[in-house]
Amino acid sequence: MRLVVPLRGIVGGRGGLILGTFVPCALFCYLHIRRLRFLATRRVSERAEPIAKAEESPYYVGLGRVSQDPFDEVANPNGIIQLGLSENRLCLDLIEEWLSENLTGAMIGHGGDKRHLGIGGITGYQPHDGVTELKEAMAGFMSQVMGGEISFDPSRIVLTAGATPAIEILCYCLADPGDAFLVPTPYYPGFDRDMTWRTGVELIPVHCHSADNFILSIAALQQAFNQARKRGQRVQGILISNPSNPVGNLLPQKTLHDILDFARNKNIHIISDEIFAGSIHGNEEFFSLAKILDAENFDKSRAHILYGLSKDLSLAGFRVGVIYSYNDDVLAAAKKLTRFSSVSAPTQRLLISLLSDTSFIGRYLETNRKRIRKMYDIFVSGLKEIGVKYVDSSGGLYCWVDMSGLMHSHSVKEELELWDKLLNVAKVNATPGSACHSIEPGWFRCCFTTLSEGNIRIAIERIRKVAEMHKSSR
Amino acid sequence: MSFRRDIWRFVNFHIQSSLEHSPFLNPLRGKAFPPPAPPKECLFLTRAGLATRQRSSVRSKRAYTSEASRDDWKMTDDVSNSCQWICRNICQHTRFFSPSLPLSPAPSQPILLPPRYLRTSLLPSLVRTQFKRTAAPAPAPWHSSISFRFVSIFASTQKHEFSKMTRPRHPRTRNPDPEEDSKPTTSSSSGGGGGTAMRVIVPLQGVVQGRGGLVLGSVIPCALFYFLQLYLKRNRSREEHPPPPPSPSSSAEHLPEVPGLQRTLSRAHLSPRGPAHVSGRVNAILRSGDSPDIVGVKKYLEDAYDKMSNPDGVIQLGLAENKVGSDLVRNWLVENGREAMLGDELSISGITNYQPFDGLMELKVAVAEFMSQAIEGAVSFDPSQIVLTTGASAAIEMLSFCIADAGNAFLVPTPYYPSFDCDLKWRSGVEIIPVPCRSADGFSLNFTALDLAFSQAKKRGVKVRGIIISNPSDPVGSLPNRETLYNLLDFATEKNMHIICNEVFVGSTHGEGFLSMAQVADSEDFDRSRVHIIYSLSEDLSLIGFNVGVIYSFNQNVVAAAKKLARFSSISSPTQRMLVSLLSDTRFMQNFIRISREKLGKMYMMFTGELRQLGIECVKGSGGSYCWADMSGLIRSYSEKGELELWDKLLNTAKINVTPGSICHCIEPGWFRFCFTALTEEDIPLVMKRLQKVTETCKSRS
Repeated sequence: MRLVVPLRGIVGGRGGLILGTFVPCALFCYLHIRRLRFLATRRVSERAEPIAKAEESPYYVGLGRVSQDPFDEVANPNGIIQLGLSENRLCLDLIEEWLSENLTGAMIGHGGDKRHLGIGGITGYQPHDGVTELKEAMAGFMSQVMGGEISFDPSRIVLTAGATPAIEILCYCLADPGDAFLVPTPYYPGFDRDMTWRTGVELIPVHCHSADNFILSIAALQQAFNQARKRGQRVQGILISNPSNPVGNLLPQKTLHDILDFARNKNIHIISDEIFAGSIHGNEEFFSLAKILDAENFDKSRAHILYGLSKDLSLAGFRVGVIYSYNDDVLAAAKKLTRFSSVSAPTQRLLISLLSDTSFIGRYLETNRKRIRKMYDIFVSGLKEIGVKYVDSSGGLYCWVDMSGLMHSHSVKEELELWDKLLNVAKVNATPGSACHSIEPGWFRCCFTTLSEGNIRIAIERIRKVAEMHKSSR
Repeated sequence: MSFRRDIWRFVNFHIQSSLEHSPFLNPLRGKAFPPPAPPKECLFLTRAGLATRQRSSVRSKRAYTSEASRDDWKMTDDVSNSCQWICRNICQHTRFFSPSLPLSPAPSQPILLPPRYLRTSLLPSLVRTQFKRTAAPAPAPWHSSISFRFVSIFASTQKHEFSKMTRPRHPRTRNPDPEEDSKPTTSSSSGGGGGTAMRVIVPLQGVVQGRGGLVLGSVIPCALFYFLQLYLKRNRSREEHPPPPPSPSSSAEHLPEVPGLQRTLSRAHLSPRGPAHVSGRVNAILRSGDSPDIVGVKKYLEDAYDKMSNPDGVIQLGLAENKVGSDLVRNWLVENGREAMLGDELSISGITNYQPFDGLMELKVAVAEFMSQAIEGAVSFDPSQIVLTTGASAAIEMLSFCIADAGNAFLVPTPYYPSFDCDLKWRSGVEIIPVPCRSADGFSLNFTALDLAFSQAKKRGVKVRGIIISNPSDPVGSLPNRETLYNLLDFATEKNMHIICNEVFVGSTHGEGFLSMAQVADSEDFDRSRVHIIYSLSEDLSLIGFNVGVIYSFNQNVVAAAKKLARFSSISSPTQRMLVSLLSDTRFMQNFIRISREKLGKMYMMFTGELRQLGIECVKGSGGSYCWADMSGLIRSYSEKGELELWDKLLNTAKINVTPGSICHCIEPGWFRFCFTALTEEDIPLVMKRLQKVTETCKSRS
């Protein structure tokens, strides 16, 4: 009691113990009640608070900066060049051409027959998980994208408003709050939001290394799984991206088999994000999870495939995502949950026509691949010229670039400084590896499909400047 | 004064000399042992406190010599400091203290007075003096070490006295601290009063006496208090809630299944296991299967009525589908759809590229304008407070997620729109507390019931975060009057709750007196941050397939959170572009609203008139595309069962799918919702004919 000499008048007396405890207690309670009372309406709920104040990862900061000051050859030549958004603008002319020819027919019905399914189909009630015609068209499109060898069952398709809600719904269906998914790093930065925000699911990174060419190793998977179990966490599944999102490589058949074996041994689910399946520009063969499952007698009920039209069909604004699940319970639940994120009817009508036009789709996919390849070659040769290393990839709209040569030290801090320099000095927005949870600092994801050839050269030139600045400062 | 100073000097000298003579302090003077006997004056001083027996010094010597040889104390102390300290103590104990005396400040060095000081007969008596005067001596490191020895020395003579005093202090072997050194002096100088103050806290002495006294003394009771509360709360909720709340229970119910999910690491079990399980919470959704509305819709989809191809099919009166104005919209789309979607300059990137998830700004502006147009421009809406979602369901879910945590509750006046159950409970895990409204009041909101529901929820320990009302009321079709809305806002302010106002049928009012929540919130100085409005373009524009919902919130934080959540339910850009053009065509829109309201009113009069002829009365509605009919005269037993029997008969015999009141959570059985806008005027007689069959059989039986 001696210690509290400054408060001696209060706590030194006979009632010291009572006062000394009552006063802080009362103060505490008072403040607590005040806080509750006065902040209750101002504040959002506790679970929404972290979302409202979500700390911006460099990925989102970069996207925001570009939208404020976008590069334009004529109007804003000093703007920021967007290499951070994986959006495909290479084949918009094809889509545009198709739309200008077929839009009226698609929306209102073929042959100008106004009473055909057209508008009635648009304005009436629709099943939330997508109309059957679109599911059929989508199944056809997916098998066309994956090489025509696999057939997809339209009844196993659930359509959502974009791949983002598709992932969320799958997570919600497969795991309870506190459960975890194993995700090989580096992974798409959006997963953090899509999978954890509302579902309460956690992501356990499984680190892949440049030495393995960023291919998932089963040993690392096993280790991460064991560690999670030791912590008492229930692992409910693995989420793989194939083609891998920031790296762009394809999972070898053997790895896929191993992952499937692993999933079966541990009795966990496997989600394969194949949203870039149609954007493969290399010569490597792409193995969809569906293909592996078709070929062998696996227990399919644990496999789920995510797909979307944002990347392969360059229709990011259409917000169409696909859950293709082999599990009937998941399908039933996902269908019910699509009431919260359904695709609007005009879009569905339009897509039915677009996807059913198989000759156009064939032509489109072919052209798209060629153009991506061309841009990739241009971008990569530019990188070679300025002596920046990269991972040889054969899929996706991006290149995984090793800029650790432009850093003074090998740390995340240095990587973010380089990112900052690229964004503010060189005016190029690339996604740093730390945003993708890459364990090795210095890697950047550069998407090259939003640019024209000339702009790619400008972007390379800007990166070269940063490289030279680095050399001179050393 | 001079006398005191003399004594001070004297004491100082003697103590120093006695210490210096010690062989342990100064080993070279080993022969000085035993030290000179304490001077008489010194004894005199100490006698002021108590009478020292001559014998004691002899005993202490003996005890010391036996102990000294095995003592390994290190001499780390500053002798002069120690002396000064002792002197100061002497002065204080003997009340010779005077501020003018040259007291050295409290020693900065920690003093560890080794037992050898015990040799000076002065010290024991000193310490004893102190013990005597302060009933429970305050802590001081050297004290404890000395007193420790002391007990052994004086054990024979003053056993009872010392053992009582020193025992509680034995475990205290803390590091000496400069601050603490000064404390014994203050305590002893404060005399008996200080002693009693310490007495009070003797039971908690070990806890509250130390440095963390204040902290521990306040944290521990606080923690106890909280634990008690927590305990009480748990016990209470266990008693009053035999079935735990839905969302946690779903996982809990799943738990017993977990053993079946065994995931052993052993490679021996490579044989195929059971199928992979879905999450517990989704099991609850899967099980929440077939309520009458879903069964009805299924039946309708299997066997839909068509005048030409299937005249005996099921007529759908269960979906709030508005076909009244759909001709107009259809014609507009046929004429303008293409330009609307692609824009004037045919800018493809406007629809294919990524757009803001929460909706295009152009559409927000257009929606804000349309919303204000629907209430005849009474309020203007701010486009920046709008978040667009895929349908009203998503809007309600998102709002409930932003406002309430899982396990919180909303008060919802019954009968309410059946979809609220899915929208609020499924993923948000929010509870709905029904507030019953009665036919006697015309199903208007009863504030006594509202208050009762609120206090009951509070008693159960459920946190009520808001009220959800539909305006126009969904199954009933009535409009809450101005007074009700004001009272509602007052109630929400008083209870500190949010208000979600579902105004999806704003453009479908056919009577007078519609008042938007925005108008009410605008007109007075309410805390508007608690008001949120849900709107939808599906119902009013006959564009159900477009699936566009609107959140209009006065709360910036909610808007911010909803904008981020909009990534999970964003509208596709072709639809948005089309709607921008449609809504911006103000001439068309004005025309459309006027015509559809007229038509709706006409249909309503016609339909309710026909029902009245069959003996079925409706609540007077002024909004919405439905009417709320009282068929309690036709049900066999006045219960939910009787109502569902009638519903089944209507569906299977009369082939009419309507919404029974029980799925709207109406507490009075026998009410049905008829959505007449899905019909054309020519179909009404057919519906009546079919209804008549049922009413006749019911009446003849009864």
